[in-house]
Amino acid sequence: MAKRVGLEVSLACSEAVKLANVDVIAAYPITPQTHIVEHLSELVADGHLDAEFVPVESEHSAMSACVGSSAAGARTFTSSSAQGLALMHEILFIAPALRLPIVMAVANRSLSGPISIWNDHSDIMAERDIGWIQTFAENGQEVMDLTLHAFKVAEDHRVTLPMIVNLDGFILTHVIEPIEMPSQEEVDAYLPPFEPQQKLDIANPISMGLVGVPEVYTEARKAMLDALEKSYPVIKEHWDGFAQQFGRQYNPIETHHVDDADTVLVTMGSLGETAMTAVDEMRAAGRKVGQVRIRLWRPFPSGDFLDAISGAKTLVVMDRALSPGADSGPVATEIKSLIYATGGGPYVADFVAGLSGRDVTREDFKQMVDKAEAAAAAGDPMTFEMWGVKE
Amino acid sequence: MISAAEALKDFKKITPKKIPEVEMFAQGHRACQGCAEVLALRLAAKAVGDKLIAVSATGCMEIISSPYPQTAWLSPWIHVAFENAAAVASGIEAGRKALIRKGRIQDDGAKVVAFAGDGATLDIGMQALSGAMERGHDFTYICLDNEAYMNTGIQRSSATPYGAMTTTSPPGKLSKGQVTWKKNMPAIAAAHNIPYVATASPAYHIDLMNKVKKAVTVPGPAYVHIFSPCPTGWRCPPEMAIETARKIVKARMFPLYEVIDGRYVLSRDIKKPIPVADYLATQRRFRHLKEEDIAYIQSRVDADWDRLMALIKATNPEEEA
Ligand SMILES: Cc1ncc(C[n+]2csc(CCOP(=O)(O)OP(=O)(O)O)c2C)c(N)n1
Ligand SMILES: [Mg+2]
Repeated sequence: MAKRVGLEVSLACSEAVKLANVDVIAAYPITPQTHIVEHLSELVADGHLDAEFVPVESEHSAMSACVGSSAAGARTFTSSSAQGLALMHEILFIAPALRLPIVMAVANRSLSGPISIWNDHSDIMAERDIGWIQTFAENGQEVMDLTLHAFKVAEDHRVTLPMIVNLDGFILTHVIEPIEMPSQEEVDAYLPPFEPQQKLDIANPISMGLVGVPEVYTEARKAMLDALEKSYPVIKEHWDGFAQQFGRQYNPIETHHVDDADTVLVTMGSLGETAMTAVDEMRAAGRKVGQVRIRLWRPFPSGDFLDAISGAKTLVVMDRALSPGADSGPVATEIKSLIYATGGGPYVADFVAGLSGRDVTREDFKQMVDKAEAAAAAGDPMTFEMWGVKE
Repeated sequence: MISAAEALKDFKKITPKKIPEVEMFAQGHRACQGCAEVLALRLAAKAVGDKLIAVSATGCMEIISSPYPQTAWLSPWIHVAFENAAAVASGIEAGRKALIRKGRIQDDGAKVVAFAGDGATLDIGMQALSGAMERGHDFTYICLDNEAYMNTGIQRSSATPYGAMTTTSPPGKLSKGQVTWKKNMPAIAAAHNIPYVATASPAYHIDLMNKVKKAVTVPGPAYVHIFSPCPTGWRCPPEMAIETARKIVKARMFPLYEVIDGRYVLSRDIKKPIPVADYLATQRRFRHLKEEDIAYIQSRVDADWDRLMALIKATNPEEEA
C-alpha cells in the first residue's frame, strides 16, 4: 500500500530510483542536484538498494559510464544540473544514437556566466536537440511519478531511448512536500525488470557505435528521429497505465480553464502552480484566462498543444531561458513556428522570466496578461520581453 | 582483493609454440600498409581471447575497424567518443558487476579492455583514465602509442617525442619541431598504485601478448602502454615498422618493463644499446635534427634509463643483498 510521507523532493526522486531497483548510478555532485545522489549513495551504502554507485570524476565520465553500463544491460540512472549537464553535452547525443534507455533527473539551474546556482531552464534548453525524451515535473509527487514512468517508457522495446525528468532546482529539489510513496509491490507490478534489446555479451558479440559515413549518416539520424516520434503513444500508454496502478493521471499537455479562454498562459515546470493560482484569481475577477502546462517537452506534443490553444486569441508564453540573438526565448520560438504552420492562430507574447531563481509572482503573471492583451489589441509586433529587468 | 603477484602465481605463459589461434580482430580492416598499431591491437585482442569485451576511443583504430555496415571486431565492441574509453569501460564493468551480483546474468568471465591512442590517453582522456584507475574497476586499459594524433592528420600530442616533426609541431626558423619531452604515462599510471602496469612493443610480440594476458588476469585496473609505429605519420617505409619498434627498445629509448604491485621489473635488459641516432635515422620526422639535438636526446634517454634502473633497485630491495 502506498503511504503518504513528508519528504524533500530530491529524496523522493532517489526513492523512486530505489523503487525502480536500479543497477548502476554514475553521478557527480553539483548544486542543486546533490541531495539526489547523496541519498542514493546512502541507500547503496546501507544496503537498501543493491546497485553499483560509481563516484566518477566528472559529468562527462558520468554520462560515459552510464552509456557503458546501459550497454552492458544494466538499469542505469544519473542526475545533474547546469555546468554538469553542459559537460555531458557531447555524450548526450550518443546515448540515443546507441539506443540506450538511461534515465536522468535534471535539477534545472542557470548556466554560467555569471555563475549562479539558482533555478531556470537555461541548462536544459541548451540540450533540446540531444534526442532524449524529456518531461517536466511541477511538484514533488510528479518527480516521483515521472521518474518511475521514465524507466517504464525508456526501456519499452518500442522505444529504447534515454529519458530526462526535469525538476526545478531548489524550488522543487530543496522543499519538503507531502508525497504518496508507492509500495515496492505496486512499483514491481508497474515496472518489470529491464530486459535489454541488445547488449555487450561475449555469447553474442555485436559492434556498437560504428562510423556513419555520408552514405548512411542521414538514415541513422532518421532512424533515431523515428524512434523518438514513435515514443509518443507509448509515453501516453504508460501514463494511462500509471493512472490505473497509482490513481494519478498525467498528460503530455495539461490544461486549466482553456475551453472558453481568450488568453492562455503557457508554462513549463514548477512556475505552472503559481500561474494556476493567478489564473484562478483572474477568472474570479471575470477574465477569460486559461493555462496550458507543457509536461512532455520531447517529443513535443504538437497536436495536443494546438488542440489546447485552439480557441485562444492571445498566448502568454513563459520562457525560463534566453536564446540570445533570436527574436524570442526557446519555448516561444518553437510555439510560434508550430502555430505558423497552421496558417493562422493567436498572437504570441513571450516573457523571459524567473532567470536564476528570480521570483515570478501571481501579480507578475497578471501584469504579463495585461500587457499581452493590450499589445494584441493594438496590433503591436509580437512582444518579446525580459521580465523585471532592473534599470 | 588479492595482489597482482598472487593472481599471476600460476600464470600460463604464451610461448612461440603456444600462440593462441583465436582471432578477435578480423582481417580486411582499413589500416594503412605497415601499421604497427593495428598489429599491436590484433595481438592484444588475441591474447585476451574470446572473453574480450572491447571499448575503443575515437581514433585510427576505431575508424579503420568500423565503417558501418562492416566491423572488424569479432568480440563485443563499443565506441562512444574520443576521451572517455576508460569511463565507458568502467560503466560496463560496474553494470556487469551489479547484474552478476543480483543474479541477472551469469559470470561468464568476460574481460573489459579499453583501447585508445596516445592522444586519447595522455591528453584528452587522461582525466577519465585517472578516475577509472583510482576507482579500482576491474578492467584493462591499453594505450596504442603512435606518438601523434594520426587519425586527424599527424598532429602533435604529449606523447610525440622531442624534435619530431608533426603537422602542428613543424620545424621552422624558430622551432626544432616538438619542443617538449614525451610524457611518461606508464609512470603516471603506476602512481595510481594499480596492480599492473607494463610497456610493450609489437617487435617483441610474445612479450606483448603475455603482458596483455597478465593485465586481464590481475584483479583491478591494469595499464599497458604499447609503442606502435606509424609509417604514414613517421615518414618511414612500411616494411620498417617492426624494425623501428625493435630499434627503439635496443636504443633504451622505450624500455620494456612491468610494474607489478608497485615493483618495477625489467623485461629485457639492453646491455649494449644502439645509439639513438640509429633509431632516429630511418624516420623522416627527425630528418631536420642537428647533431647537437641528437646529442641532447641521447643524454636524456641515458638519464631516463638510469632513473628506471634506480626505480627497479628501489622497489626490489630484497634482491640487492
Ligand atoms: C572531443 C574531440 N576532440 C577532437 C576530436 C578529433 N579527433 C578524432 S581522433 C583524434 C586524434 C586521435 O589520436 P590518438 O588518440 O593518438 O589516436 P590515433 O588516431 O593516433 O591512433 C582527434 C583529435 C574528437 N573526435 N573529439
Ligand atoms: Mg596517436
